[in-house]
Amino acid sequence: MNLTDRGMALGLRALNRFAGLELVDRLGARTASERVVRVAAQRGFQAAGTVGRTFAKRSGGGSASRLKPAGSPSGLFDLTPTDEQEMIRSAARDFAATELRPAAEAADTAAALPDGLLAKSTEIGTTMLGVPEEAGGAVEERSAVTSVLLAEALAHGDLGLAYAVLAPAAVSTALGLWGDADQQATYLPEFVGEDVPTAALAVQEPRALFDPFALRTTATRDGDDYVLSGVKSLVPHVGSGELFVVAADLADRPAFFLVESKTPGVLTEPEPAMGLRAAATGRLVLQDVRVPSSALLGGGDPAVYAEAIRLGRIAWAALATGAAQAALDHVIPYVNEREAFGEPVSHRQGVAFTVSNMAIDLESLRLTTYRAAGRVDMGKSFAREAQLARQLTAQKGMEIGSQAVQMLGGAGYVKDHPVERWYRDLRAAGLMEGALLV
Amino acid sequence: MINLESPKKFAPLIGQARQVAREVLRPNSRKYDQAEHEYPKELDMLAALIDGLNDSGSGGAGAAGVRAAKGAEEGNRNGTNMSTALSIMETCWGDVGLTLTMPRQGLGNSAIASVADDEQLARFEGKWAAMAITEPAVGSDASAIKTTARYDEETDEYVLNGTKIYVTSGERADLVVVWASLDLSKGRAAIKSFVVERSNPGMQLIRLEHKLGIRASDTAQFELVDCRVPAANLLGSPDIDQKKSFAGAMQTFDNTRPLVAAMAVGVGQAALDFTRDQLEQAGVTIDYDRPAAVQTGAAQTFLELESDLEAARLLTMRAAWMADNRLPNSLHASYAKAKAGRSGTDIALRCVELCGSIGLSEADLLEKWARDAKILDIFEGTQQIQLLIIARQLLKKSSAELK
Repeated sequence: MNLTDRGMALGLRALNRFAGLELVDRLGARTASERVVRVAAQRGFQAAGTVGRTFAKRSGGGSASRLKPAGSPSGLFDLTPTDEQEMIRSAARDFAATELRPAAEAADTAAALPDGLLAKSTEIGTTMLGVPEEAGGAVEERSAVTSVLLAEALAHGDLGLAYAVLAPAAVSTALGLWGDADQQATYLPEFVGEDVPTAALAVQEPRALFDPFALRTTATRDGDDYVLSGVKSLVPHVGSGELFVVAADLADRPAFFLVESKTPGVLTEPEPAMGLRAAATGRLVLQDVRVPSSALLGGGDPAVYAEAIRLGRIAWAALATGAAQAALDHVIPYVNEREAFGEPVSHRQGVAFTVSNMAIDLESLRLTTYRAAGRVDMGKSFAREAQLARQLTAQKGMEIGSQAVQMLGGAGYVKDHPVERWYRDLRAAGLMEGALLV
Repeated sequence: MINLESPKKFAPLIGQARQVAREVLRPNSRKYDQAEHEYPKELDMLAALIDGLNDSGSGGAGAAGVRAAKGAEEGNRNGTNMSTALSIMETCWGDVGLTLTMPRQGLGNSAIASVADDEQLARFEGKWAAMAITEPAVGSDASAIKTTARYDEETDEYVLNGTKIYVTSGERADLVVVWASLDLSKGRAAIKSFVVERSNPGMQLIRLEHKLGIRASDTAQFELVDCRVPAANLLGSPDIDQKKSFAGAMQTFDNTRPLVAAMAVGVGQAALDFTRDQLEQAGVTIDYDRPAAVQTGAAQTFLELESDLEAARLLTMRAAWMADNRLPNSLHASYAKAKAGRSGTDIALRCVELCGSIGLSEADLLEKWARDAKILDIFEGTQQIQLLIIARQLLKKSSAELK
């Protein structure tokens, strides 16, 4: 039985079991359950990694390489990006305008990335930023601010596509920050090459009140191996994923594990959602997935895990900033051109003040995000700042998306304008955990 | 290099301001909240201390020094706009009312520092200057003021007539910068500001207001009756230039609005610090890693309020930074003022709710901060005026189009 067959069989077996449960009837959950079953049957479970590459184990010979943090030698307040940052940002803006924005609507509808887009995106260095020079990276210093500027610029093109494009960078950044010498030697060369692997950092789990510090996905030690079980939600391009970094609970402490998609027991299932559709999101189902002890990232240090969650929140705040700016940029000309009662609607305070509030909320979100990232670069604590940026992403980012649709009225609700997509994506950005790093 | 931390070089200054707030302002907060209109004599010593700090070049803790420094320094600058905003955050963490009535740190001082020529600057040095713009019938629409200034060629004086209200420090200041029109038929271009000595017999103090908050700071009403002022006391150009006169006067606000925003940040921080302590005593700690949704309702509210304050603080610092670097900051000054003004009030009022009767009781200062905060969303341009300024700039609309 090959992997695909096995995956399908496991899926069907699970469905069968579920359909036969008396409990389902007793709880009156039959209708809802049948809907779940029907949808799942249409899509089918799929064994992951049918197309993926095999990562040859390599030895890194001793110590891992690390990027130095960027720091701030002058200690002065400053909002001017460095020349290098400006270069990367301007390349990203160009890419967002020419490659992402034009492809966004179709990708959203199809819940799939355009062919070749991921490969193209690596040309602007997305996966290189977190990689030390000795491991083939392109930058001398590690800078979360650079990643924030990149993410913001890409999300101005499209938040969903930016999510997809940046997902492999989260994995290369994780390896750059926390990988040991062997892990770096095994995986990083692929991320700095021409054919970057499809990879993702999987933290989110499908349940209400999800807390990334209280995971239900578990890792159990078994001899020299770990055995992983659980379900991850809204993982980008999960179906074509080759390498996953999976968050799992290891003896009551959250930790990350490197899981190659070809590993037996790794299943995927499409999970299209209200937002982030262009990233071809899906569930990653881990059924007794056995990985070697070398798969544990960062030595299972809870501090590493917490850092990743915080960096992820900053990344989502950066994406929300870019999309919120796109929304404001779209709303301003619209309300100036749209006339009602004989004059542009922007001549009314009800409209004009809404635009002002969108701008205030956007700038609030942006500066708070920049501060959090700046503190990362200076080696200062940033849990608080990341959480505050998350708060603004969840509340103000969402509000900007909502007001953008409101300002266009009926036109905002139909797909002639992109604001309804941004409405959906900005809602998503405020609740996502992990998946991205800055 | 993007860095939104407080500049390292201002750390001693901020430390001093915090000490002043803790040792001098807070201990006198309740006293002058209850003894409205009584002069806080403790401030004289403090003012001397601040003067000493200014002379030693380490910068003051008040509202002076928003004049653009001369000489073009290369690269990124963190100057007096930034240091003043940061120290005001600290002193208003102590007490907003007392900060407002800090001798020689009035809004009039900012106007003089911003637009006076060198001779005037020297002549008014060391004086405490209040600002008189608002009139009984004119508030936000400053261009509609009715106070007149008639030039008397014989004596080379201006003769001022009108009524001014809501003059902060009007009773205590040495000087009052009075806005008046040279010609009511010529609109905003004819509006000029005049420095009037407080002792001028033509300017009568009519009454002092009883207020919701900032009671330590006196708020005066003046009647100007044939009030004669030397022509040399006119700030700026006497010409009625349709293009830039009024805009020039309004530019003072680009420097002072971030400072009022800084006041709101300070009082908001005071409310949050107090509330954090109270919540901890009640067994609630704020966890910055766990999602807000899985924490208590009080912690969720706290995180929301704290994120608003963080945004207000950073918007304020950016507006001040832009002024230091001589970048046009009118839009960003209004972002800061609008965000900080609304957040300061919202934070203080909701902290009162979280703290229950402790929040409401005069036994502690939170109820006072909730009263003090409201003015900061009103003076130096109300919330609504800030939204208008922002909207007109973003939408590229004139005041005739977007009313």
